Amino acid sequence: MKVLLGIGGSEDSIRALKKTVDRAESAGDDLTIGILQNPNADRTPDEIESQVREYLSEHAVDATIRHIEGDPGSSLVDIAESEDYEKIVIGGGQRSPMGKIQLGQIAEFVLLNSHTTVTLVR
Amino acid sequence: MTDRRYPAEVTADFEPPPVSFEDRSGRTITIRAYDGSESARESLVDMYTAFDPADRAQGIPPGQESQIRRWLETILADDCLNIIAWDGDTAAGHATLVPDGDAYELAIFVLQAYQEAGIGTHLIEALLGYGVENDIEKVWLTVERWNRPAVGLYKKVGFETSNAESFELEMAIRLAPESDDDSE
Repeated sequence: MKVLLGIGGSEDSIRALKKTVDRAESAGDDLTIGILQNPNADRTPDEIESQVREYLSEHAVDATIRHIEGDPGSSLVDIAESEDYEKIVIGGGQRSPMGKIQLGQIAEFVLLNSHTTVTLVR
Repeated sequence: MTDRRYPAEVTADFEPPPVSFEDRSGRTITIRAYDGSESARESLVDMYTAFDPADRAQGIPPGQESQIRRWLETILADDCLNIIAWDGDTAAGHATLVPDGDAYELAIFVLQAYQEAGIGTHLIEALLGYGVENDIEKVWLTVERWNRPAVGLYKKVGFETSNAESFELEMAIRLAPESDDDSE
């Protein structure tokens, strides 16, 4: 399956990276990892990229890494639609101190606007 | 989280636990602070194991007993404030304040068989009274927009909308005036 993973550096996006790479390894997905500019994340795009490369080096997955400029949600949706991806994968939200699941603005935008199937990783 | 707005006005007129009352079905309900005992914790496990998943909010309470126990471990920690509404030995409702920086996040759950009996109102008032007693300054919560009874209840006790830009409505209340070291 042609999969576009969007990660912006929050904890849930790192979890999404691991689960999506693991799945790509067993299912043979054609995986593109898009590094987003998430102003709310602790990690810079370069830090995310080295984390991505480190995880990929431990797995037999030949993924493409690209940096996605501009507004993260709309860019992700636009790339998925214009380049015929079959699925967008993003992190499934952060947890509040109470343990409540909270979706970030990128996830909200993608869920409400994407015409491509979306997977939220929990 | 830093853009959350709290009301300027203080609302602090709440009776702290213990509180006893007769609910609308004639049951005698007593609200007490969580005493840290194993039996109280097990009663909460029983309550959440029986909890209807239709009343879950943003993933809590979790569904499986092992997850319920892990979740309770977090919110029953010493730095949290918990109260339980008892019908005899049965936990009918539970409300909690969990620290979040200089504020606390609030959640409240009433077991289905005890809903629409006025227990929620008593629980939240007692919890806020417990918060005032423990010098808590600010409290926030999130609630589903469609959950009008809950939104109405929170408004009634003094919560105001603090952020309306996400899926969930965020509301906040101020229990004490802004302290001097507050630099928002």
